[in-house]
Amino acid sequence: MRAFAHLFQALDETTKTSRKVNALAGYFETAQDQDRLWTIALFSSRRPKRAVTTTQLRTWAAERAGIDLWLFEDCYPIVGDLAETISLILPEASSRSDASLTQWIQDLVAITKATDDDKKRFVLKAWDCLDGTERFLFNKLITGGFRVGVSQKLMTRALAQASGKNEADLAHRLMGNWKPDTTNYHTLIEADDPAAALSRPYPFYLASGIDGTPNALGAREDWLAEWKWDGIRGQIILREGEIFVWSRGEELMTDRFPEYAQFLNHLPNGTVLDGEILGWKHDAPLPFADLQKRIGRKTVPTKLLRDTPVICYAYDLLEWHGRDLRDEPLSKRRALLAKAIDEIPASAPIRLSPQITVPSWGALAEIRKTARAEHAEGLMIKRLSSPYLAGRKKGDWWKWKLDPLTIDAVMIYAQSGHGRRANLFTDYTFAVWEGNELVPFTKAYSGLTDAEFRQITTWVRKNTLQRFGPVRQVPPEHVFEIAFEGIQLSTRHKSGVALRFPRMLRWRQDKAAQDANTLEDLKEMLTRYG
Amino acid sequence: MAQERLITFTDRGIYCPRADVYIDPWKPVPRALITHGHADHARSGHGQYLCTASAAPIMRHRLDSIDLQTVEYGASIDMNGVQISFHPAGHVIGSAQIRLAYKGEIWVISGDYKIEPDGISEPFEPVQCTHFVSECTFGLPIFTWESQATVAAQIKKWWRNNSAAGITSIIGAYSLGKAQRILSLLDTDIAAILTHGAIEASNHVLRAQGVQLPKTHLVTPDFDNKAHKGALVLAPPAALGSKWVKKFGPHSTGFASGWMRLRGVRRRRALDQGFVMSDHSDWNGLLSAINATNAENIFVTHGYTDIFARHLNSIGYNAAIVETAFEGEAAQIDETDESVAS
Repeated sequence: MRAFAHLFQALDETTKTSRKVNALAGYFETAQDQDRLWTIALFSSRRPKRAVTTTQLRTWAAERAGIDLWLFEDCYPIVGDLAETISLILPEASSRSDASLTQWIQDLVAITKATDDDKKRFVLKAWDCLDGTERFLFNKLITGGFRVGVSQKLMTRALAQASGKNEADLAHRLMGNWKPDTTNYHTLIEADDPAAALSRPYPFYLASGIDGTPNALGAREDWLAEWKWDGIRGQIILREGEIFVWSRGEELMTDRFPEYAQFLNHLPNGTVLDGEILGWKHDAPLPFADLQKRIGRKTVPTKLLRDTPVICYAYDLLEWHGRDLRDEPLSKRRALLAKAIDEIPASAPIRLSPQITVPSWGALAEIRKTARAEHAEGLMIKRLSSPYLAGRKKGDWWKWKLDPLTIDAVMIYAQSGHGRRANLFTDYTFAVWEGNELVPFTKAYSGLTDAEFRQITTWVRKNTLQRFGPVRQVPPEHVFEIAFEGIQLSTRHKSGVALRFPRMLRWRQDKAAQDANTLEDLKEMLTRYG
Repeated sequence: MAQERLITFTDRGIYCPRADVYIDPWKPVPRALITHGHADHARSGHGQYLCTASAAPIMRHRLDSIDLQTVEYGASIDMNGVQISFHPAGHVIGSAQIRLAYKGEIWVISGDYKIEPDGISEPFEPVQCTHFVSECTFGLPIFTWESQATVAAQIKKWWRNNSAAGITSIIGAYSLGKAQRILSLLDTDIAAILTHGAIEASNHVLRAQGVQLPKTHLVTPDFDNKAHKGALVLAPPAALGSKWVKKFGPHSTGFASGWMRLRGVRRRRALDQGFVMSDHSDWNGLLSAINATNAENIFVTHGYTDIFARHLNSIGYNAAIVETAFEGEAAQIDETDESVAS
């Protein structure tokens, strides 16, 4: 565990990519194979089966620290991380362990079936023989989520540096549903393994945001334009009579979209589609919130299938008849995709994401304004000659999102942030006017600069009217412009509306509380855009 | 018979009506008792100031021509029958807890304090009282400090490694107190020690008071960085994120504060190294100090007051929250250190 802890510290202490890559590569060169494999797994959100519950961890940690459970629970949101809270609150270790990362993981797996008493004994003993960082990492093995600024791309580069393998090939190998307890470093990184390759998706190509207009991109005819749909990006793989549906977050979601199974009847083996999974009814997209109901469950009951059907709006073809098309230009991939979809019966839940063929950037800008009516978030602009690259590579794929909806609201409650912002008031509740009353309608906690958060924090400390636990009521004085992507009817909120992605666009210091918008204004937005 | 309490809490600050004095007031008042010279406790605009003799040089440096009187630690002053005395708080040089006593009702206003002696500040002394007003900046069990010697070794190791790699080490530390505390732990064996003007100004005042600090070089606009390879630079927190650090070429940044205990705070500041070193008490320090006063009534101020007060009540104290405008170490991390601007 010590070598892994050193690696973690080295990664945590720098924000420079080159230093992170070097630290990782150095580790990959010297670590044992199993430790390497587990490190790759942990940094790509894979973790051993959870041996103990987080409730057990909290209870045991409070007990070991000699404090009441409520006090532990109050510390947790301030630290913002359960594994870290536990490691900070415990007394110092009384001995040191030399066990490796893999050994600790195997021990954790071994106790999954033990009695609660044995689990507790094991965890308390572990806490007492690991120092600060090691203890934090041990807790992380249980709770998951190593957020240390190591992207898949960065890790792949380090692996390429350490193993001498091709980076793109490694990126492809690390995709998919491999599990560290059923494979090994050699199989994953070095050997040819057709079985593993069957379900493996290609790394997604990600678009960059456009600031302003796309006029600088050059001739309009070199680019393809289409709607940016408000669904989930997915990759649909048909190989050897099986179908696999992957989300952009690399989650295998095949079982959640059983209607896609019929693609096997219409498309040849060796087909990989890139497209949008979209709720679809009465020939129009459903709001994202409806689709969310489908994502939330592992299996789909018939009623939900009927209420919230999905289609795939396909926009790219990555593999055709078993051939990797990613190096072909988009124009060619697109033509093949159009032809393939054309031959599928219209009743099948798949469409070609339509192209927008207006001739100039100016005309396209006009069309973009109608995106909300089309249930789209904006436009995608892709270079027709571009290959399908991996990850976010600027230049060929652009997203041109709609400007958000905005409303001016009054801050009425403030709560301190956690983790990075533990000592600042950063989470605010906002209200709009209904007559002489302020009706809360949303919370937001991002969008201001650190300097602004500090200024407001000082003000909150001096102007607290009332405390409700960690929440402070403040005088309705400050007005903020709240931006959001969508608005929906809600029966759960007093205001009757729910916003999508609310955030603070700016602090309107030029406005007084009475200048803020009204609930009526919000309801009008609901009628127009909801 | 109901009697008015000796101390009340007003919107100008902590007030003793019988003696007609405020303690660390944040709005202008005729007479102020000052616990120490940090900007959020010693503000300008009061009629008369009273502080300890060793806090006076910094007070005069920061607040210029104020009407200031001084008192030695432990000496008692009578103000309309109220016995007032100052006792070491161990926070920075000259810092004091202020004791006010009248007919058996004894109040101690802690100001900012820490238990561990730092070698420069007069070491903290517990004072018995009936009512204790305690700061609790770090009043959570997640805040526990390692010894000063341990942190000093961490800083030296980091400096030595950087120096060997030809990199400048830049530490952010509060201009008055923390910076001198770090300085006093270092010597110039590894390489030279350079200082930002805001810190050198405090150094000058403290040296004149007889505080021993290693040799430092002031960084001036025409400063030659190449003359001091592998140097350590001490700068106020705000300078760390500014253009100012660029003149040192390749460098590693560190920050010394109790907040560095939290990984999230370290990451927010995009620092290379966090050194957990505070001039405030940690959790255990607060609890032991409160216990040593023998007070039944505890008033907590500044920090995680609601949680800390709840805990005190659960272990048998009569604890309440006092709202104040003190910012303490939160201000340091938040870069509102006033001395930076000067």
